[in-house]
Order: sequence, then structure tokens, then C-alpha cells
Amino acid sequence: MRKWLDLERFRGLLAGDAGADRVVPPTGFTASLTVFAAGAMAFLAVFALALSLATARLADRWGDALARSSTLRISAPEGQMIAQTDAALKVLGTTPGIASARALDASEQRALLEPWFGPDLPVEDLPIPQLVEIIEEGAGYDAAGLRLRLAAEVPGAVLDDHTRWRAPLVRAASRLRLLGWLSLLLIAGTVAAMITLAANAALSANAQVIGVLRLVGARDGYIAQAFVRRFTLRSLGGAAAGTVLGCIAVALLPRTDVGGGFLTGLGFQGWHWLWPLVIPLLSGGVAYLATRAAAQRTLREMP
Amino acid sequence: MIELENVAYSYGGGELLSDITLRLQPGSFHFLTGPSGAGKTTLLKLLYGALMPTAGHVRLFDADARELTRDDIALARRRIGVVHQDCQFLNHLSVAENIALPLLVSDRDMLAEDANLRELTGWVGLTQRAEARPPELSGGERQRAALARAIIMSPDVILADEPTGNVDWEMSQRLMRLLIELNRMGKTIMIATHDLALIRAAKTHVQARVLRISNRRLQLAGADL
Repeated sequence: MRKWLDLERFRGLLAGDAGADRVVPPTGFTASLTVFAAGAMAFLAVFALALSLATARLADRWGDALARSSTLRISAPEGQMIAQTDAALKVLGTTPGIASARALDASEQRALLEPWFGPDLPVEDLPIPQLVEIIEEGAGYDAAGLRLRLAAEVPGAVLDDHTRWRAPLVRAASRLRLLGWLSLLLIAGTVAAMITLAANAALSANAQVIGVLRLVGARDGYIAQAFVRRFTLRSLGGAAAGTVLGCIAVALLPRTDVGGGFLTGLGFQGWHWLWPLVIPLLSGGVAYLATRAAAQRTLREMP
Repeated sequence: MIELENVAYSYGGGELLSDITLRLQPGSFHFLTGPSGAGKTTLLKLLYGALMPTAGHVRLFDADARELTRDDIALARRRIGVVHQDCQFLNHLSVAENIALPLLVSDRDMLAEDANLRELTGWVGLTQRAEARPPELSGGERQRAALARAIIMSPDVILADEPTGNVDWEMSQRLMRLLIELNRMGKTIMIATHDLALIRAAKTHVQARVLRISNRRLQLAGADL
């Protein structure tokens, strides 16, 4: 069976053969195009990768954190708010599957409303509902049963177990992650297409060179390797430069703790910074396979 | 060594060569003649595996050419030196590098072959032009460089297609002397040419068989040569 990725050959490719390199004349135009295209694609790939990893983190966060917590909202006349809150905490404290339940204090409620009303909102003077944060444990609680108990004992309480709005958020994050990976695939495909076009152009432009090499007894593998090595190294170099620039651009994005939003969280965290190292290798691998396939096809078709 | 047996070759719907049988014995010298378009170049290409016959068999060093892989054909070509009239070179390499090209593609140790290369370059009279680029060479120098490239691997067979087509009489005589000398070293030579004067002059120095392509078939040339 024909090997698509012959590691021995790949090692030879990297080690190089100065003689084989010299037999193919330098082609400045396609060389520059290949390096530029590989660099540009690698730059975009860094962002696609950052997007995929950021959305993966986001989906995990929304999936995990929101799935483990619920909110109870208590609306009651001013004189009954404390009594109803105590009653609700008592119900929650005896419900299996709830690890803890805590009523948010005025400063926490003010912080929640701050994005809309500013920092000086007099929460105490306004008839706003009391919020209770519920942290689940184990398999969680029976939401239907809890709602029935609350309806009987705390008539002003509304339980929000986050499922209604958590699911679309997690779905959106997962879809974004998928789009990120799809972008990476498209980028790899585009690199392959561009390298194939450039390799075909180089092979056609060097038809006379190939004729001479065949006349003196060069095997197709030898001729192909001269082209494959050239395009692989160009792609590797271009992609390495593009990746470095992409990483610098990602590093210069505003930090999460400054903006606080999702878009400002786009980037790499911790060991995820190693992921971009894969991009030049992938680009080199794609170029190797694309050029090898183009060279083999062209040489087979040449008389 | 190289053998054609009832070979035919068709191109574009017409038969160019028909029922050709030829055996190149080791150390033999052949001239191949015939009018332009008779099929001399095609016959040479069949002899070095660049073309496959549409009928009959070509045997390269006892193997049927049709059964050889592309790599096998490449290996066979290392035993066959070919010189074309429009000798093509890699113009970005020097003359010496072009002459050494067969060594390079065969993964030979270039350092070990350096003395051989120098000697051969001197033998064809190109020592002073070794570092020049092919476009800087005259027609005669190009032919000599092509001959040197064809013989650097010390092939068993040398096939030359109109090797004196682009050079003056004096240079063609010089090239012929080189080919005759190679034949005396035991090489099998086949020269395709329409220059009958060249054949007559060469026959005074070497025992050569003269073959003519006429009406698609190969014949032994008559007493007019």
C-alpha cells in the first residue's frame, strides 16, 4: 500500500540534499507567494484557534457553573420580605440536593444592577426583589417538587434553575467552537489549494528542467523531492512567521479583567499558548502532502 | 544489450515506424540515417525508453521495457548516455555542474568523482569554460558539454541525435573523433544523422554499420555509403 506520510522520507526532507535543491532553479515569484500565503493563513489560524479555545472555555464555564447554581427571586410586601426570605431559606435548607442557599446582601444586589443604574443606586429604598443564590450538590434537586413547596410556604418566590437560558448559551458557545475548528479546517484546505497551485505552476515552469533530469537518469522521487522540500520549507517558514505575528496580536488584545466581556477573553491561557506551535507544523505537513501529490501527478502525466 | 524486436510506433493515427528489428551489440558502432521526419529521433527514444512501442518489444539490458517501472527506466538511462542536437542544460548551473548532473542524481559521492569530472572536462576541451553558464557557450562547446554529460557515468551505450547538427565541419570532425575514441574504449555507439559526408569520413576510422529508415522500416544502407 502506498504511504501518504512516509516518515523516513519526511526526515530526509528536513535533513535536505543540497545537490537536489540546486537542480531546481529558484523561482522568486512563486516562492514569495507561497511564503506570504502560508504566513497569512497561519495568522488567521491563530485567531481561529484562539476563538475555538476561548469558546470552549466559555461553554465549559456556562455549562458547569450555571448548571450547579440556581436563583430564587422573592417578591413580597415591604413588611414580609424578611419573613418570606427566612421561610425560603428554611425550605431550601431541608431540600435534598442543595448544598447551600444564601440571600444576597444589598451590596451584591447593587453590583448586579450597577451596569444598568450606576454605582449609587439606593437599593434599600427601592421595592426590588430579594435574590437567593442556591448551590447544588450531587445530582441536584427536584425542581418541580421544590416549586410546589415554595408555592405553599413562600408565595412570593420564583425559582429560576437557569435551564431556560443556559441551554441556548451553551449551544451558542458550542456552535462558535465548531465554527472555530471549521475555520481551521478551511484554512488548512486553502493552504493545500494554494500550495498545489503554486507547485503545479513551478512544475510546469520547470518542464524543461524535469526533461533534462529524466534524460540523465533521475528518478521521479528525486525530482519530486526537490520541489516538495522547497515548498514544505517555504510553507513552514511562512507559517512560523505568521504564527508569531498572530500570537503577538492575540497577546496585545485587551485583557479579560479590564473589559470583562466575552470578546476580550479571546486568547490563550496557560499551556494553551503551546497550541499555536502546531500551526507551522500543520502547514508544513499540508504543503508536503499537497506538493507531493501535485509532483507525482505531474510527473506521471509528463512523457 | 538493447534490442528492438518487430517494433512499430504510431503517432497521431499514423504509423511512423514499422516492423523494426535491431540489436545493439556491445562495442558496436552504428549510424542511423534517413530524411528529416523519417523517425530517427523516435527510434532513438525507443532505444532509451523515452517512448514505448505500439507493437513489438524493446529490451533494455535484457528486460522488456514495458515491464519496467519508471524507476527501472531511470536506472536503465544511467547506463545509456544521450546527446541531442538541441542539447538542453540547466541554465542556472555551471557547465561543470551540468556535466556532473548524472552523478548528482545518482547520489554518487561528488568529491570522489571530482578527478573524473576534471579529466572528462579536459578531454572534451572545456576546462576553461567549466565555470561558465550554458547560455554563454558556443554551439560546438554545448555539444561537447552534452557529450561529456552523456559519458560521465561511463555508460554502456551512447546514443547521439544529430550531434553535429549545429557545428561547423571542423567541430563535427572533433566530436566524431571523441565518439570513435569512446567506441575504442568499448562503448556501444549509435549516431542518428542525415549528414552522409560525416558518415563517409567516420567510416575511414571506424567499422560502423549504417542503417537507414526508409518507408517506416529500417534497412542496411547500400554501397553508396
